[in-house]
Amino acid sequence: MIWEVFRQEREGQPFQHGGSLEAPNREFAEAYAVEFYSRRAESVALWVVPREAISDIEEPYVADVFDRDYRRVDGYSLKVKLREARERAGTA
Amino acid sequence: MLERMTDEEFRAYVQDGGQVEAGDPLPDAYRKALIKFIEMHGNSELMGVLPEREWILRAPTLQRKLALTAKVQDEVGHGQLIYRVVEDLGKPRDACFDDLIAGKTKFHNVFHYPTKTWGDVGVIAWLVDAAAIISQKALLKCSYAPYARIMKKICWEESFHILHGRDVVLAMMTGTDEQRELVQEALDRWWGPLMQFHGNPIPPADDPMYRWRIKSQANEEARQQFLDGYVPQIWELGLTVPDPALRKDEETDVWHYTEPDWDELKWVVTGHGPATERRLGLRRASREETAWVRRAVLADAA
Amino acid sequence: MSAQAPPEAAVEAVLAFADDELVLGWRDSEWTGVAPFLEEDVAFSSIAQGEIGHARALYELAAGVLGGDADALAFDREPEAYRCAPFVELQLAGDWAATIARHWLYETADAIRVAALMESDWPELAGLALKMDREEAYHRMHAQMWRDKLAEEDRFATAVDDLWPYALGVLEPGQRGRLAEVVGHEELDAVERGAHAEGFVSLHEEMTLVRRSMPGARW
Repeated sequence: MIWEVFRQEREGQPFQHGGSLEAPNREFAEAYAVEFYSRRAESVALWVVPREAISDIEEPYVADVFDRDYRRVDGYSLKVKLREARERAGTA
Repeated sequence: MLERMTDEEFRAYVQDGGQVEAGDPLPDAYRKALIKFIEMHGNSELMGVLPEREWILRAPTLQRKLALTAKVQDEVGHGQLIYRVVEDLGKPRDACFDDLIAGKTKFHNVFHYPTKTWGDVGVIAWLVDAAAIISQKALLKCSYAPYARIMKKICWEESFHILHGRDVVLAMMTGTDEQRELVQEALDRWWGPLMQFHGNPIPPADDPMYRWRIKSQANEEARQQFLDGYVPQIWELGLTVPDPALRKDEETDVWHYTEPDWDELKWVVTGHGPATERRLGLRRASREETAWVRRAVLADAA
Repeated sequence: MSAQAPPEAAVEAVLAFADDELVLGWRDSEWTGVAPFLEEDVAFSSIAQGEIGHARALYELAAGVLGGDADALAFDREPEAYRCAPFVELQLAGDWAATIARHWLYETADAIRVAALMESDWPELAGLALKMDREEAYHRMHAQMWRDKLAEEDRFATAVDDLWPYALGVLEPGQRGRLAEVVGHEELDAVERGAHAEGFVSLHEEMTLVRRSMPGARW
């Protein structure tokens, strides 16, 4: 069985994929994860997950068909409105 | 995920620095070249373990025993990381072992030679590992991302090995005359294989591994880097290199040396080294003795 | 620092314990690079390193009383002077069932030994035993994990039976009943410390090969 190991390099950091290993069950997988990703104390925390529990999403996001610019920063143009507002307020 | 490309488009993509993952559509020729290259690396880690592990048992101090065990442990760990990458490319680990033991696949020249003294232990950890690290650093830029990623861990762990090697050598070089002779004698034997280690100076344009950006450093460039970094270190200890032609041309910044015997290199890596058969035999025997363990422990959980 | 020198018997016991750990670590190192599969190779190598590390700490403790240093005690004595139990001297390389049987039996015995040493009147020894106990927790877990996996294998059960009298010899007679209880085997005549197992002399020869080649040299 293949297991994926995620490791945290320092406290507060995100868990990152470290690698994979072969083990017959969770107990062995945990022991081996510690050996491979922590024997030099290079990780402060580890997660171990069976590979089959992980889904690989092929298309991370559907291609834009309808305009969804409201979800991006470039979807808003503040410059023009801000100038007008300042003129109104006499602070331009 | 990457779009499907023609071989030419793919080559241009990787030459430009593009990387690919296990699940991306890979050209067949690329996948084959990748497996061949990475498998040879894995084989080398596993075969490299054999000369060194004998000396764990003979280490002259407890600290050296521990350090050498940790080094060999790292190499086994590297083998594990590397074969996992090969397995995810489609060739199971067992098949890799079978081919290695049957002599169908290759491993680096240096691991076909015997070790004779504690001097070898120092020279191998210092210089052979140094030669390897130069190649490994270049592999950090490999177009195949899963391999590039494990190279990061491998390079980090190798840095401990070089320190250990240097310490072992320096202890002997500051010791008795007899100890200094041990180092010199080992260096005399290992220099030839070291000079051959990075391979014959094939131009990158003719090297398929380079064109697919599996390798990103030409063989000769790696060798020059090795000489630049380590010949001064060798000389400053009062050691001699057994090549009277070795010198650096200060104008061109290029090291000149006696041309290695490339036929010998080819002969050795095709399974004819002085220690090849014995070592493959050892691997075969230990694999047979422990087959029942894998059946009992790994197979049923598949 | 203790006000008075520890009793000779305690120092002897420390030396015997150190010899056990050194020789077992040496035997376990015979698997480094050739273990059944790569993940286990790395794990078992850590176990071997742990044992050598414990040997080193124990030798250092003994050297503080006897003089010399840990390396001298570990390597420079004649074979007859070593006090390790024959159990750890047996060559089991190539036989994983026997190796795990020994691993499991030894860790179980060692837990009993270390627990007693944590109560020692010799403060440094009690402190060291406490530290060892913490590290041994991983060794015990690993041994148990493998024992559970191999419990159904005939060759494992046979190996445990064959090695049982040797395992008893690791402990003082007063502690053997406890071991028999935990392991679930009847207490039999132990293979005692004293005469070395076959192969110990050649083990010692190989172990001291480099060191003897240049006595007094620094490595």
